[in-house]
Amino acid sequence: MTDITVNTLAAAPRSSAWSRGYAHFRYVMTSNPVTLLAFVMLAAMILIAVFGPLLVPHDPLATAADKALKPPSLQHWFGTDQLGRDVFSRVIVATRLDLLISVSAVALSFFVGVAMGACAGYWGGWFDKLSGRLLDTIMAFPLFVLAMGIVAAAGNTIQNIVIATAIINLPFYARVARAEVSIRRNAGFVQAARLSGNTELRILIEKILPNTLPPMMVQLSLNMGWAILNAAGLSFIGLGVRPPTAEWGIMVAEGANYIVSGEWWLALFPGAALMLAVFTFNLLGDGLRDLVDPQRRT
Amino acid sequence: MGHLSIILARVLQAAPTLFGIVVVTFLLTRALPGDPAAYFAGASATPESIAEIRAQLGTDQPLPVQFVRYLKDLAGGNLGQSVSTGQPVADELLRRLPASLELTLSALLLSVSIAIPLGVLAAVRQDSWVDQLCRFVVTAGVSLPTFFTGLLLVYVFYFLLGWAPAPLGRLDMLHITPPPVTGFLVIDSLIAREWSTAWSALKQLLLPSITLALFTLAPIARMTRAAMLQALASEYLRTARAAGLSSSRVLMVYAFRNALLPVVTTLGMVFSFTLGANVLVEKVFAWPGIGSFAIEALVVSDYAAVQGFVLSMAVLFVLLNLVIDTLYTLIDPRVRIEG
Amino acid sequence: MSTHLHNQLHNPSLLAVRDLCVEFATRKGPVTAVRAVNLQVAKGETLGIVGESGSGKSVTSYAVMRILDRAGRIVSGGIEFGGMQLHGADEATMSDLRGREISMIFQNPRAALNPIRPVGKQIEDVLIRHAQATHDQAKAKAIEALEKVRIRDAAKRYHAYPFELSGGMCQRVVIAIALACRPQLLIADEPTTGLDVTTQKAVMELVRELTRSEGMSTLLITHDLGLAGEYCDRIVVMEKGEVVEQQDTKGLFTAPAHPYTRRLIRSTPHSAATIRDLLPDDLRTPLPPAVAVSEEPLLEVKDLVKVFEAPSSFIQRLRGRRESGYRAVDGISFSIARGESVGLVGESGCGKSTTSAMVMRLLDSSSGSIRFKGHELTAVSAAQFARTPQRRELQMVFQDPHESLNPRATAAQSIADPLRRLEGMTDGAAIRARVEELAAQVGLPLELLDRLPHQLSGGQKARVGIARAISTKPELLILDEPTAALDVSVQAVVLNLLADLKAQSGMSYLFVSHDLEVVRLLCDRVIVMRAGSIVEEGPTAQVLSNPQAEYTRELLSAIPRPAHLPGHGAQAALVVGAGAA
Repeated sequence: MTDITVNTLAAAPRSSAWSRGYAHFRYVMTSNPVTLLAFVMLAAMILIAVFGPLLVPHDPLATAADKALKPPSLQHWFGTDQLGRDVFSRVIVATRLDLLISVSAVALSFFVGVAMGACAGYWGGWFDKLSGRLLDTIMAFPLFVLAMGIVAAAGNTIQNIVIATAIINLPFYARVARAEVSIRRNAGFVQAARLSGNTELRILIEKILPNTLPPMMVQLSLNMGWAILNAAGLSFIGLGVRPPTAEWGIMVAEGANYIVSGEWWLALFPGAALMLAVFTFNLLGDGLRDLVDPQRRT
Repeated sequence: MGHLSIILARVLQAAPTLFGIVVVTFLLTRALPGDPAAYFAGASATPESIAEIRAQLGTDQPLPVQFVRYLKDLAGGNLGQSVSTGQPVADELLRRLPASLELTLSALLLSVSIAIPLGVLAAVRQDSWVDQLCRFVVTAGVSLPTFFTGLLLVYVFYFLLGWAPAPLGRLDMLHITPPPVTGFLVIDSLIAREWSTAWSALKQLLLPSITLALFTLAPIARMTRAAMLQALASEYLRTARAAGLSSSRVLMVYAFRNALLPVVTTLGMVFSFTLGANVLVEKVFAWPGIGSFAIEALVVSDYAAVQGFVLSMAVLFVLLNLVIDTLYTLIDPRVRIEG
Repeated sequence: MSTHLHNQLHNPSLLAVRDLCVEFATRKGPVTAVRAVNLQVAKGETLGIVGESGSGKSVTSYAVMRILDRAGRIVSGGIEFGGMQLHGADEATMSDLRGREISMIFQNPRAALNPIRPVGKQIEDVLIRHAQATHDQAKAKAIEALEKVRIRDAAKRYHAYPFELSGGMCQRVVIAIALACRPQLLIADEPTTGLDVTTQKAVMELVRELTRSEGMSTLLITHDLGLAGEYCDRIVVMEKGEVVEQQDTKGLFTAPAHPYTRRLIRSTPHSAATIRDLLPDDLRTPLPPAVAVSEEPLLEVKDLVKVFEAPSSFIQRLRGRRESGYRAVDGISFSIARGESVGLVGESGCGKSTTSAMVMRLLDSSSGSIRFKGHELTAVSAAQFARTPQRRELQMVFQDPHESLNPRATAAQSIADPLRRLEGMTDGAAIRARVEELAAQVGLPLELLDRLPHQLSGGQKARVGIARAISTKPELLILDEPTAALDVSVQAVVLNLLADLKAQSGMSYLFVSHDLEVVRLLCDRVIVMRAGSIVEEGPTAQVLSNPQAEYTRELLSAIPRPAHLPGHGAQAALVVGAGAA
């Protein structure tokens, strides 16, 4: 009898931390239907990216001259393109590549940017000046134009698209991180942590950075959408991804030539997919912030 | 400190930025894969002829020497030779710049004149239908790829409705380009009293500039709404209301002028987006600006042209930012005095 | 016949609020902020509304002005002003009245002014709006209004922007705006909160003089019973949205009827009270015997200097115009004996917080020495100090209990932090046991230990901060305005807790404060600072009863002393609590 009580007591904190986390997730989801919608759409997108290529009805690369430029039908839901390829299959298959490019670009700039901004904001000094100068120089270019220049110079590959997108996103993360760390550098709880014997590095990583998460999350999701748009824009003008690879931007570019003659489905469906993806990430921002913000817990 | 000296100081502050831009564009040229000399020499080149061209280009020199040479060229307005057209890049860019500027500036004018009133109204009538509309425009606006919006507009207004002209450049075949004064076709034809030319040029301009404006609408409207809400919730607004000032005065003099500060700051970012999106819109509408030129150059690996394009866009952006800084200085006394 | 009765008989009330209820729409449904409030302000009368945070005192005044924000609405009740029904008046009528008949001044004067409009223009706006001046005369009249609130060089200040003026000056401008059209009623919402005590006095005297000379009525809203007691004819006490008592000032202090009023009066520090007097009867336990102050100095500060270098821009450097730094602390020396508690007093910007940060080794000094138990602390830089054995002996309680807790850490985690880092404790169960012991010591209920800061009240957060500071059993504890952000009743409890802890453990305190009345309660000795230097130093009783420096006298006389609080004018007969002594 006593043993049981002791056991449940000992187990209580762990299970309650889990269930509290789950309860908070449910609370955030149910309190805001938009957030719920965004998370459902994200989940669907991830599923499509992972399993899409296995499920598509047609080979996205298989051409058939006799079936070129057919409007949407039961057999080809989104119609066929100028080479007779199934647009639906191509749109689905492209999800993985588009997400991969934007996620890796944003992840790269998020980690580099946060590290850079946090150090600059916390210690200031020469590193702050140097990184500030670097970011200013990046920001002095119209960002999409800079990305064009980088890809043109470094070579027309997907890897370079990722790097160029990461570079032009870097200032956003670095600046938010710098500002958020800098306003907390001498906050009461940080001073208290110094008095408690924490080293500076531990204070930065354990005390300050977690508190900067809510605004960073909003930035993260907004930039994810922007990164997708940028990567698609680059492939729209013929950089990065090359035909016949299925990718939304290049599909819209190929379809663009047929708009004036009324074959709308070539450009519309990949464009709509692109829009939906960006829309999802833009909606996600507030929900993510609510999830990581302890103040929202009740 | 007077306005003029502050503006001068701002121009001076732009100097290091310009230098940074020059360094980056120089490094981008150096990062090029392959040997430009071999490219220029063509397929039938001998090692001797390649070395000769290399010496001509100066690429056999160490980097600092090349950089000094690059600076000298820039100072003389020399951006190199375009491989595809055989013309000096600077001439090509200058010739196409007015087309890009006409598109960009008309789009900015359009979006500012819609977005700011929309944002203000949305904030003043919070949660009303205007606010809902504003929210929708903002969320949709940032999610729409510019090139996609452009294509949709072309499909609807050209193919389906037939209201808009074919998306092929600045002027249809039937009209002759007016004598250049400003370089902006609509204004030039008005000056030349060619009314039908002006109308035709305006029709050509309308769709691309709406496309570009739709893209920039969202950030401006969002910032205006947020800044206005913040100003409306401020303590100085409470004071103004408690002093019985009329609501129009409270809104315009107390709230709006303060809300303009963050909006003007955002404009810098918006310019950056606009100049980038400009390239995409020019491609969709076959607009003969520097963006189209750059895309053509990219396709044929005409690097000097691409570098020249990147450099001139950056300089344009710096100039636009200077205008913003000047505007800001005029509105905010705190900047003026700290100078 | 008291002035109050006199007013009631001969002057019908200017403002009458009847059964006022105000609700706020929140995400969790409507919340009643003000419930059935009744009050009257007679012509020429000054009425105080006193209450702690959340009492609904400000909401009442906003309702009278009809400037509640969007979420708030008047549910029921009437507001009558000079025979007009304000609760049903349309916006046009209200905006005619505002600024002309009823004016308002606010807390935080700098934020209350339009930051990008010259202050003179802001006065003009009001004058022109209410047809008190034409466009041609407006400037002259605005300058006149500035002169009236004693702004020197008014013609020049007319062009100044708020950021170019001090807080006190900004409040004068706000007053000038409010009084420009000679309204009949002035509502002052915490007009001096955040201002220094000497500025507070100047502002309040100015308001009193100007309203009296014009025969205006005043509604003073404040959390400070002392301030209300000094300046008001009558006082309304509010608690949780309701009026619990209203009386003329003398009656309120001498015969308070409601238990809440009694508690409020009791917890307001004044010169005759001991620290235990602040507590309600049921919480009052005898003070444990104090630890004797030893002769041996624990801390010795000598010629301590802190210079903040002004950042110079590139252009300034080119012109060779490098501004010399700002000397925040300008060569001060003092010592603290073992078991002693010393108050460090001064107004904002005097260098007291900079001094405490340097002693606490959060900030490097520019020159001078800090010796603690014979060790020279300045030998180790502030950044490295966490690794020295002295770290655990020097701890601090911060000013804002909310801001000083990590928003992502539970109370237990915050208290455990120094145990892990400084005491080297790693065993979870042992840490938990020690945390619970500390919580018990500071009176923090154990069930609150797993809460996050935003789930705790101000007083509870203060206890967490104190538990954390004493967890390593420090020998010197710096208290940096530990109660400045708290309501008076909570302040009373926290001050007593600090006195108990000191008596139990024999710690030394350096108590940094702007409030001489609070220092009186807790400190053996007091140091008065101004502009980076010490102007006076001595035993608390002596300094407060017989100040030598002109500045100390100024400070003491600026403290509001309501005529009816016990101890007024009895400075000779000071019963100095001197904290635990």
